[in-house]
Amino acid sequence: MSPSVATAPAADALPQLVADRIPLLLVPALALAALPLMSSLSTWVTLTVAGLAMGMIIFIIASGLTLVFGLMDVLNFGHGVFIALGAYLAVSVLGAMSGWTGSEHLALNLLAVLPAMLVAMAVAGGVGFAFERVIIRPVYGQHLKQIMITMGGMIVGEELIKVIWGPQTIPLPLPAAFRGSLLLGDAAVEKYRLIAVVIGLAVFAAMFWVLSRTKVGLLIRAGVQDREMVESLGYRIRKLFVGVFVAGSALAGLGGVMWGLYQQNVTPQMGAQVNVLIFIVIIIGGLGSVGGCFIGALLVGLLANYTGFLAPKVALFSNILLMVLILLWRPQGIFPVAKR
Amino acid sequence: MLSRIFSGDLPRSRMLALVLIAIVGALALAPFVFPGAKALNVAAKICVFIVLVASFDLLLGYTGIVSFAHTMFFGIGAYGVAIALTRLAPSWAAIAAGVAGALALSFGLSLLIGLFSLRVKAIFYAMITLAVASAFQTFASQLSEITGGEDGLSFRVPEVLSHGFVLGGHSILGVPVDGKLISYYLLFALAVALFLLMLRIVNSPFGRVLQAIRENDFRAEALGYRTVVYRTFSNVLSAGFATLAGALLALWLRYNGPDTSLSFEIMIDILLMVVIGGMGTMYGAVIGATLFIVAQNYLQDLMKLASDAALGIPLLSSLLHPDRWLLWLGILFILSVYRFPAGIVGRLRTRSKSHSAAQ
Repeated sequence: MSPSVATAPAADALPQLVADRIPLLLVPALALAALPLMSSLSTWVTLTVAGLAMGMIIFIIASGLTLVFGLMDVLNFGHGVFIALGAYLAVSVLGAMSGWTGSEHLALNLLAVLPAMLVAMAVAGGVGFAFERVIIRPVYGQHLKQIMITMGGMIVGEELIKVIWGPQTIPLPLPAAFRGSLLLGDAAVEKYRLIAVVIGLAVFAAMFWVLSRTKVGLLIRAGVQDREMVESLGYRIRKLFVGVFVAGSALAGLGGVMWGLYQQNVTPQMGAQVNVLIFIVIIIGGLGSVGGCFIGALLVGLLANYTGFLAPKVALFSNILLMVLILLWRPQGIFPVAKR
Repeated sequence: MLSRIFSGDLPRSRMLALVLIAIVGALALAPFVFPGAKALNVAAKICVFIVLVASFDLLLGYTGIVSFAHTMFFGIGAYGVAIALTRLAPSWAAIAAGVAGALALSFGLSLLIGLFSLRVKAIFYAMITLAVASAFQTFASQLSEITGGEDGLSFRVPEVLSHGFVLGGHSILGVPVDGKLISYYLLFALAVALFLLMLRIVNSPFGRVLQAIRENDFRAEALGYRTVVYRTFSNVLSAGFATLAGALLALWLRYNGPDTSLSFEIMIDILLMVVIGGMGTMYGAVIGATLFIVAQNYLQDLMKLASDAALGIPLLSSLLHPDRWLLWLGILFILSVYRFPAGIVGRLRTRSKSHSAAQ
């Protein structure tokens, strides 16, 4: 490869990464734009926290998907299965520990929710490993087959969930101490939403740290930019990819637990429903970009809550509307990944 | 003559030809051979889905585009007829108006989606259509004054097709010539005509260009074909046929709601039918749709027997539960994509080819 070809995209991409701050302003801009439309400040605070919480959960689910796509050009239409799986595992684990979830002590509640999350992540990660092996590996580089195969994986996964847990909707009540809301001034903020925001921020921080401060993260970012170059430097991008896929599935499992608690019930179809949402998010963010995915998720979450309050009929299409607007502005998404 | 009707694209396998003759024969004689309302419903549904799956094959199998918005167009057709017949008198003119309106909407929408997203990768298109289709589904159930919301619309069809109509007390082989029989044969004839028309399209020079784009879009572009134009045109055509299939379904059921024509489950069903039958073969649509719908309606009975037999074994009996039939078809679907991408039709064709090579 001649030097001019190798350096040209890098020269384009590097200054852009530093200078491109406009998207970072989108989230505060949206929040501020909604402020004058609200009847009171407290409503705005409630809705903003709700929107951020929803956005954080979506981000947790979608981040793995966008990285997997960026790294290996694999789009997993069956990602939704891991969400549903995580939520159902939470039902089982929390159901088994009903003594702890029923108590008013926050510590005991956390002791019940934490294992539920860990079990969900571990099992979803394990299933993700098998999924990659059986479903995705044979169809690398063939988009058409990939879409169909992963869709098939989703059908089978959903049916297997029905075999294990039954086809009916199962309630997933929040642990006692997570219920109710706090008063911030006049604004009532549900406790669980605050917890979701905190967990979401923690996941984002951890992911940001891994991606920007560790060697693995460096390799992942480099792989997203130019896979062949990383391979020619002697790193096995395949192994890296399997790792990212497992991590992404585990995060989807975690997101599933949180989404299930957020909705307070789980259905086998929930994966397919959330799938639509996360596709919109990763398209908005730019396929392969974690930062774009974060901003996209927050925008979708905020807009869904604002429009849900102001104009419920519009709310159903707010996502599509947002996607169209963003794509008119930047056809490749908020943060276009260089090689695409 | 035969070759002209089939646009020079004959089954090319004796086994396949026999299966096709059996299916078409069974469908043609369904009211006489299979008595009962359920059997006739299944036969009519197979006719509708053959058209629908063939139109999806035009897009997926021949052009290599995965769309998840195909049921949207199917639903538009069904709602077009349903709304027109609810609002206007039950007449042929109302049906024509409904179909025309639905076709116009489908053409407009498919053109818009195509121009907006077909320039980029297949994956992008699949995602966009998934989002648009789910938004459309909510849209349709929200506009309840027009679409009847979740309840859907029941309506009356023209006199000749209605169940009460009897043609002068005639009966053929003991089957009375009533509105139901006339409806069925109208449906059957239209399905055959639409299928042959699509077979004509894919075997025209235009169809060859679509296949060239599927095989290597870069090369097709280099040969001077505007791939975006061809892709968009294929998208619009396939949306049009799906709309007509939807109109047929609404006419047969005399009812339409979100679950009968718009739901995502139907999208999955179509995908399974086209892949199991055989992508890019058109005849695959016939076999896939027949196999799937027969399975949908009768496999459950069979599985109930198996499930009862395995009652003692805990996991196996729930795996064989009649409601889990989609699990097995899903596995069959995954295996088809891996092991025989050209589906049942492709399998039969290669078999007959190796037979003739051996002789």
